[in-house]
Amino acid sequence: MNKVVKNADEAIKDIKAGSTIMFGGFGLCGIPENCINALTKKPEINQITAISNNAGVDDFGLGLLLQTRQIKKMISSYVGENAEFERQMLSGELEVELVPQGTLATRCMMAGYGIPAFFTPAGVGTEVAEGKETRNFGGKEYLMEMAFDADYSIVKAWKGDTMGNLIFNGTARNFNPMMAMAGKISIVEVEELVAPGELNPNEIHVPGIYVHRIFKGENYEKRIEQRTVRKH
Amino acid sequence: MLSKEQIAQRIARELKDGYYVNLGIGIPTLVANYIPDGINVVLQSENGLLGMGPFPFEGEEDADMINAGKQTITTLPGSAIFDSAMSFGMIRSGKVHLTILGAMEVSDTGDIANWKIPGMMVKGMGGAMDLVASAKNIIVAMQHTNKKGESKLLSSCTLPITGLKCVKKIVTDIAVLEVTPDRGFKLLERAPGISVEEILAKTAGRIVVEGEVPEIQF
Repeated sequence: MNKVVKNADEAIKDIKAGSTIMFGGFGLCGIPENCINALTKKPEINQITAISNNAGVDDFGLGLLLQTRQIKKMISSYVGENAEFERQMLSGELEVELVPQGTLATRCMMAGYGIPAFFTPAGVGTEVAEGKETRNFGGKEYLMEMAFDADYSIVKAWKGDTMGNLIFNGTARNFNPMMAMAGKISIVEVEELVAPGELNPNEIHVPGIYVHRIFKGENYEKRIEQRTVRKH
Repeated sequence: MLSKEQIAQRIARELKDGYYVNLGIGIPTLVANYIPDGINVVLQSENGLLGMGPFPFEGEEDADMINAGKQTITTLPGSAIFDSAMSFGMIRSGKVHLTILGAMEVSDTGDIANWKIPGMMVKGMGGAMDLVASAKNIIVAMQHTNKKGESKLLSSCTLPITGLKCVKKIVTDIAVLEVTPDRGFKLLERAPGISVEEILAKTAGRIVVEGEVPEIQF
């Protein structure tokens, strides 16, 4: 069993134009920086449908793939920090599906749990409900939402072993665990890659059965979007 | 007229000991600065943290520790980290006692619009729709009127809806109001120096006044 690939270029090399790809991260926290960079170097991988909570900022994160026009459609919950995204969306260049954050997270989760559809109260009575089945449970209305079907998930973890077992750090966890479980091909970049046995089985957040390719990333910028401090 | 800090201060009085609370971006985040003495609340950050602590000291920022507004924060003793699916799971299953968020418009039946201005600003709904569909108690912090002086408390929302029949209480720069099940807004308190008449004049939608309306005490 060898899931280890050399680097991001190796990890993404079979991705084709038109793929549906999940990208982990919340804002710029926990984003797969190396794979995003590797994709920007391959402009022929375009017409991507990207599933990710946010769209990065103009010059970092998924904003880089928007600049290169490699993304055809974004499925996200909040895109407020990216002016280029908003511009492409309002002009019609970029297709956008805005999904409530909890629904987005759960659609990823259910894909990894083998559940095709579920019911949630989020979005009842709003434009999110348009065209969707509703059902009443216990006197409350719920919308039916579907699990995602993604060709690839590209995820960032803190530590992983060569069998693909993963541990996440802090709030860089966010969407990464569910996405690691969801993609048909799951690609993970880690800060530390260790041998099997180094990670305590009790502490593993995502078991390696879900992971297809893993590599040790490099040169993480880990940009902070809103550096906020208090005085002594 | 109340300042943003004063709106936050008044809302903080609604916190009870042992509450798990979600604070939306904007004025609601300021509520964390006014938690009354002697009570403990746990702040939930929907990106996967219970027990959100204060901002770090300069030089101690951790890129892997942010809140839902993308600001750097710290943890506290008893904090817990989890993924986004679990975060919204605890929200939807009613474990979060109180949600405080901002609004562009609120209707007199408790509908809220706070995520989109068609053709102009489309930032997305983030976690707002999950929160308003699930929280037992929802308090809105907002300006009472828009820049043109028009009421943002209406008989029905004109902007795209975030949630229906969900808002329980509203604190604006001039008043504290409750949303009743069948009679629209009910005026509970007025900002210092603001008259009931001024509040009625600035409120569209149905509004009920019963007896004396006290001033908010600071």
